[in-house]
Amino acid sequence: MFGTSKKAEALAADITDFKAVRGRSLWNDAMRRFLRNKAAMASVLVLGLIVLFVLFGPLFAVWSNEEIDWVVMGDVLALGAPSLESGHFFGADDLGRDLYSRTIQATRTSLLVGLIGAGMALIVGTAWGVIAGYFGGKLDSVMMRFVDILLAIPLTLILILILVIAGRSFVTLFVALGAVSWLTMSRIVRGQTLTLKTREFIEAARAGGVSETAIIFRHVLPNLIGVVIVYASLLVPEMILAESFISFLGLGISEPNTSLGRLIAEGAGTMAYGTLWQLAFPLFFYVTIIITMFFIGDGLRDALDPKDH
Amino acid sequence: MISYVIRRLLVAVPTIMLLVIAAFFMMHFAPGGPFTSERPLPPEVLANIEARYGLDQPLWKQLWDYFTNIFLHFDFGPSFRYKDRDVNDIIAQGFPISLTYGSLAFLAASIVGIALGIAAAIRHNTWLDYFAVSLGIAAQALPNFIMGPILILTFTLWLGLLPGGGWNGGQWEYLIMPVIALSTSYMGNIARITRSSMLEVMNSNFIRTARAKGLPERTIIWRHAMKPTLLPVVSYLGPVFVYVLTGSVFVDIYFSTGGLGQSYVSSALTRDYAVLLGITILYGALTVVVNLLTDLAYAWFDPKIRY
Amino acid sequence: MKHHAKLTLSTFLCSTLLAGTALAQDTHPATGEPLAEDQTFTYRVGDEHSSVDPQVVEDTIGAEIVRDLFEGLMNQDAQGKLIPGVATDYDVSDDTKTYTFHLRDNAKWSNGDPVTAGDFVFAWRRAASPELASPYQWYVKLMSLENASEIVAGEMPPEELGVTAIDDHTLEVRLSQPLSYFPQMTTHSTTFPAPQKVVEEFGEEWTKPENIVSNGAYVLTEHLPNERSVRERNEMYWDNDNTIIDKTVALVINDENVALTRFMAGELDRTEVPAGQFPRLKKEHPEEAISFPRLCNYYYTFNQSDTGPEAFKDVRVRQALSLAVDRKIITQNIKAGGEPEAYTFTPEAVAGFTPPQTEMSEMSQTERDAKAKELLAEAGYGPDNPLTFDMIYNTDESHEKIAVVLSQMWKQKLGVVPNLANMEWKVFLETRGNQDFDLARGAWCGDYNEASTFLDLLDSESGYNDGKYSNPRVDELLVEAKSASDTTPIYTEIEQILAEETPVIPIYHYAGVYMMDSDVGNWPVENVEQNWYSKDLYKIAE
Repeated sequence: MFGTSKKAEALAADITDFKAVRGRSLWNDAMRRFLRNKAAMASVLVLGLIVLFVLFGPLFAVWSNEEIDWVVMGDVLALGAPSLESGHFFGADDLGRDLYSRTIQATRTSLLVGLIGAGMALIVGTAWGVIAGYFGGKLDSVMMRFVDILLAIPLTLILILILVIAGRSFVTLFVALGAVSWLTMSRIVRGQTLTLKTREFIEAARAGGVSETAIIFRHVLPNLIGVVIVYASLLVPEMILAESFISFLGLGISEPNTSLGRLIAEGAGTMAYGTLWQLAFPLFFYVTIIITMFFIGDGLRDALDPKDH
Repeated sequence: MISYVIRRLLVAVPTIMLLVIAAFFMMHFAPGGPFTSERPLPPEVLANIEARYGLDQPLWKQLWDYFTNIFLHFDFGPSFRYKDRDVNDIIAQGFPISLTYGSLAFLAASIVGIALGIAAAIRHNTWLDYFAVSLGIAAQALPNFIMGPILILTFTLWLGLLPGGGWNGGQWEYLIMPVIALSTSYMGNIARITRSSMLEVMNSNFIRTARAKGLPERTIIWRHAMKPTLLPVVSYLGPVFVYVLTGSVFVDIYFSTGGLGQSYVSSALTRDYAVLLGITILYGALTVVVNLLTDLAYAWFDPKIRY
Repeated sequence: MKHHAKLTLSTFLCSTLLAGTALAQDTHPATGEPLAEDQTFTYRVGDEHSSVDPQVVEDTIGAEIVRDLFEGLMNQDAQGKLIPGVATDYDVSDDTKTYTFHLRDNAKWSNGDPVTAGDFVFAWRRAASPELASPYQWYVKLMSLENASEIVAGEMPPEELGVTAIDDHTLEVRLSQPLSYFPQMTTHSTTFPAPQKVVEEFGEEWTKPENIVSNGAYVLTEHLPNERSVRERNEMYWDNDNTIIDKTVALVINDENVALTRFMAGELDRTEVPAGQFPRLKKEHPEEAISFPRLCNYYYTFNQSDTGPEAFKDVRVRQALSLAVDRKIITQNIKAGGEPEAYTFTPEAVAGFTPPQTEMSEMSQTERDAKAKELLAEAGYGPDNPLTFDMIYNTDESHEKIAVVLSQMWKQKLGVVPNLANMEWKVFLETRGNQDFDLARGAWCGDYNEASTFLDLLDSESGYNDGKYSNPRVDELLVEAKSASDTTPIYTEIEQILAEETPVIPIYHYAGVYMMDSDVGNWPVENVEQNWYSKDLYKIAE
């Protein structure tokens, strides 16, 4: 699930080569390259449409995401199929709840999970990695040993324990996902910081009496943005996949809220009983989001790594 | 090189011990104990049970006893839930199963994935390339747990070709579905990584030089491009190998294979402390060894790296 | 007073007359149905069993296996009535405090050793001993054996337990209080004999297939944890000639939908029907989809302890919530497996229980809803002051569906705002047990076929009374019932009180809902405790 760490570290190393010397024009170049990448741009468009659907879809909903259609409930197979008349555009779930509203709500959850999970990794991982890498010495080895230990604990265990100890809520879910995702990020950032530290412009700043905090914020962090963004974009689909795995174990968020992983797990369970729409709609949104995120991540990487071009 | 390996393995022991201590305290911190049940036990019965398993001792003493038993007797403790078996039994029975279908899934994912990736790269921008790319992406984007019910419905109910689950000593017909279900998403990822790595290598200067020298394409691909292509793939394979062994809970649940993945999750949910710690140690050790092997393989693929 | 189990003689005659023919020809000796060549019964279990040690086993799945492997003093027949097991009959003293069981002389262990009274003494002492620390020590206390409590508490050695082998075939049991239903308790796995020699030779390893010696109709031949366990005919069993099933296989399949798929593919003879699928399956496979009442209830309990919400101390609020639950929707649309709607805590299927006629059971749902609104308004809750509370349940698809539907019923009908809290099992038990909730899911399966096994949960002193309901009259009646000759009116009165005070909301009573291959003969659908024995089943030729 989080297996791309080495790959990401390798690509991070590639990017650094030009980081320290990049100027405004390099950002513009990257932007131009990204805009030229057809697959990435199409993905941005599709993802944008999904976001719009999540934002404005509820306006067209006839049913709320938790309301039960008591008429449909008794015989979902016959009455719960997708239909414009009944107002269940995507059909009904096993309890007669509107799958259109539920899919929208689930998509929102999954997108948030992806963004916030990756965001937490970005903040914690960057902070941890910069501090360890920049100050070095004992502090560095203690901090990195800690990361190594956590990396050796199977992620399933950490996720289960956090969700068990802290109970279910959006916050716990984000914390749990954040807790497992920042580790690799911190290693990448540390490696980058170590390289940056030896660069002339940092040495110069230090010789010029600029404070350590100022160096970190003004010189180190801006030079890390590229690596961090690329890795974070790769983390988004991983977070969504991780959440679906948690949902499969029955440890996801609590009703009436739902996520795409949960809807898919439910739909896969009832697949044999003819209510295929319960699997099809959530799966469509899920797969679309994952695929677009892949292309966007690849696009960002290509854009920020000039070697290919 | 040998001293490097020994040093890495020696460092691993305290790391794994720290890992166990962390897991131990996390488990004890979770609400509910191993003997919390729907029918609350009378206090004197609970006291007897806790005395039998040493749970009445202070936590540091429990940890001390735990480590002593491991180092002196290689005894990883009892299972509180499955009273006919101890942790040694559970691991001895479950691990070979996880290892079997996990390694097969790993092999299948690597071989098919690499072959697909190379084929796509060599025939860049042809239908084969598009086919391989879409297959790879689709395989990776599907949540792997839905493979379970889909495969069983198709191969067991509709086609009647394969048994719907069980292990049966690992006979091939019982292995097919677990291996497919587990390998699909990794296969997709491996194909993607291989393809982009190969494309990069084929555009690099040294390959261009080789072409300019007039070497046949076949020689270029097999003799020169292969190693650098596989470098990023190998570094991805290491974590995958650990992961196919640890992440097989959905395979165990859907196909009743009896592997360790399910024991692991259920031991966490039922607070079966010793089982959880035992499997954690195993997975921790596995992670250390596989990481070491990955680094050694890396050195073989990339002569610039020396230990 | 001399009790002879009535069936002894006729069963014995039957078995001797038919023994020779049962195996020689391929028809069932009693029904004449043609028997299948392959007498293997394969069923699905949802989880790995805890143990096959009779004194240690604590789950239903394990108890089913143990009932096949070991045989206690008494067995149950297809209706749940008592029939002889290792004991042929028993005497009881006039004060019902001393029982003398007479053991058959042809009972053997699977290694050929005779089953003696000493094996029972060994097993019962073992069950009580703090050293083994069985979770079922509480059962030994429940049996009221002399000195049981002291032994469990470690104040007396196990040898002081009130059970003695007078000779090899006579077992004397002394109780600390009169118990008329003691013989019924000997059908429970905790009381089954254990082979002393084997237990002492192998220690904790004795239940492994390669070591185990048992006295039931079957022996354990294979155990692959989380995959399968296999038990095969015990040639040494005293009634082996009348056993038809040769082999019983329990397959562990966690996912019930996958289990149903595998049943459809012909890999299983029995599996549970997932909630809601019964009507469709009944239509498509009328012969195979079966449903019958069971001794379990499903309810939600109000927290009435000091930590509970103020609102639930008002009986009108409790009644309003109970009235607004349309049980028909839950039993027909969600479970849909023929479960009876519940208006009493005790299931109607319990022997000797007559549910009271309550106001609620006679109203229509529309009337109930109207009354509920009225009561809630009287209690001071309305649109400007909505009632809110948390309801907790444990992680499970079916529990979740019911919780969602309940919350929607209350929300839509009464305007109350319930918050759903889904908890993982152990956390749920801890939270509920510590009265850290407002409204909590509960379910209970009877230990025996008598109303007190349910109603004791609402005794103010009971350790299982998670809602801390307390009514002195109920406590009094429960004590009275222990020694009363006719308990029916007592239990009816308790249920009457419960209906008025509504400490719990009964939702439905369980049904056993199975897909059972039509070639399985004699499944005991009338045994409400579902104590089934493989030796009573047979497979019909197709």
